[in-house]
Amino acid sequence: MQSAQRKYNAILTGNDAVAVGAKLARVGFISAYPITPQTTIVEKLAEMVANREIQARYVEVESEHSALAATFASELAGIRSYTATSSHGLLYMHEMLHWTAGMRLPVVMSVVNRALGPPWNIWTEQTDTMNQKDTGWMQVYCESNQEALDTILMGYRIAESEKVMLPLMSMEDAFVLSHTSEPVSIPDQEEVDGFLPPLDLKFRIDTNNPMGYGSYSTPDGPFMELKKDMIESMKNSKNTIREVTRNFAEAFGRDYSGLIEEYAMDDADYALIASGTLASTGKYVVGKMREAGRKVGLIRLRFFRPFPDEEIVKATKNLKGVGVLDRSVSYGSSGSIANEVKSSLYEKSSIPVTGFVAGLGGRDVRIEEFEKMFDYIEKGKTGNYFIGDREGN
Amino acid sequence: MFEIRFHGRGGQGAVTASKILALAAFKEGRYVISFPFFGTERRGAPVTAFTRIDDDPIRLKTQIYTPDAVVVLDSYVLGSADVTGGMSEKSYFIVNTDRKPEELGRNFRTATVDAKSIALERKLGDRTNPIINTAMIGAFARSTGIVSRESAIEAVRELSPRKKDENAEAAADAYESVRLGWLN
Repeated sequence: MQSAQRKYNAILTGNDAVAVGAKLARVGFISAYPITPQTTIVEKLAEMVANREIQARYVEVESEHSALAATFASELAGIRSYTATSSHGLLYMHEMLHWTAGMRLPVVMSVVNRALGPPWNIWTEQTDTMNQKDTGWMQVYCESNQEALDTILMGYRIAESEKVMLPLMSMEDAFVLSHTSEPVSIPDQEEVDGFLPPLDLKFRIDTNNPMGYGSYSTPDGPFMELKKDMIESMKNSKNTIREVTRNFAEAFGRDYSGLIEEYAMDDADYALIASGTLASTGKYVVGKMREAGRKVGLIRLRFFRPFPDEEIVKATKNLKGVGVLDRSVSYGSSGSIANEVKSSLYEKSSIPVTGFVAGLGGRDVRIEEFEKMFDYIEKGKTGNYFIGDREGN
Repeated sequence: MFEIRFHGRGGQGAVTASKILALAAFKEGRYVISFPFFGTERRGAPVTAFTRIDDDPIRLKTQIYTPDAVVVLDSYVLGSADVTGGMSEKSYFIVNTDRKPEELGRNFRTATVDAKSIALERKLGDRTNPIINTAMIGAFARSTGIVSRESAIEAVRELSPRKKDENAEAAADAYESVRLGWLN
């Protein structure tokens, strides 16, 4: 028996953990617009600002579009900036997502994954962020409150790296993380300061040195070259992510192992690729199946952007079959993660891939449903399957 | 792993009770997780909350379907929600009521505690809205032995937003007065 108290010094909800992360990152600007289940993040931060625990400007705005517009502007002034949203709020930010990434502003934002209406539903689903996969933001899906806190710290370091200079969104599953209390280790401010230096933005608004920002380009102007540069930076961010994750492990003793995490994969014949809290429950099921002698493992997708294609090819090399679990829908296609996995494996592997869609609108994905998915993978059932719907799948 | 499900009505503090219990077990070096089933919350509607306690890190993040203990904060929900779903004869069934355990049947290890009277005696809330969740933590500790009396009381004190002493005393009172049906 290990003592949990030796490793952790607090019990926090996911949303409180994220707020503590923003505080430790010494954010200088916070914009806030409420939406369930994100609201308690900005509420906690408001409390910290009022108590002078954070030296930050806190601005309540009139919409999510404005929330990100304000964050965009303060970041452009060279101030480490933060905001948080969910679901329809994130959709309302869509235009500003492109602007923030296109202007190469290293904003970090928390997103609590929540289903999109209709019908109205406040529970967890990843369609809201999967819809933003082409906006130029890095995407991390967290499985624990500790990871949610730590990802804010790693996130700013990755985003602000000169080789990257792209924004990052860090995800928590609605309620299953956002409102769930778990033991968390809150690092000392001093340790965090050693890991995350203050932001030194190279090109910032400076009234003494006026410049044009994000102005105008004809087809023959630098438009296409700027996009190419963003594509390159996103690709290069993989090395930065690996490096920062390693540095974080050295500094704080918690190793998130890069873009993916492999669980019980050493001698596995079959594996499931999953993200967020579904990966956490998946690990529990894998542990039980291992006890029963089944050679199964789990690959936890931490980053969806940039997509860890090399990692997926390597991790699945010795498998006889792999499944991919999506908690989102793309009408007229298969699951977003399944599509990317298949594309990564094309011409590099002939492993059978099974796609699963489960847990929409926050429906609980139960142990038996994970077992069923592993049964499908072991039987080599390729194709796409809906799991856990009322028709008995 | 020990799994606990709380049933109550909006405003009775089922979610806080699940957090207090998690803190009590954490104080004893255990791994914990607690979470609400978050519905469209409104005062009076049935509310469910969950706590898991284990010696190892807890990865399982589903709701609780086969509870080792069910804590009922309000006996009115016995008729309106599937309170006993997934319970076995070994499960603890800890109910806030002035009735005796045997009056609730003998299907489970049933314990009853008059948390309302304890709350009113300690001036926690009023007759229509007594604050009974902290007493239920004391009753849980005595019934199951999963957390000690001291950890339970300490956690109640720490997480009570006000009247810390009164809430701690209510937990201690319930620890003493809970009636354990399986001992009869």
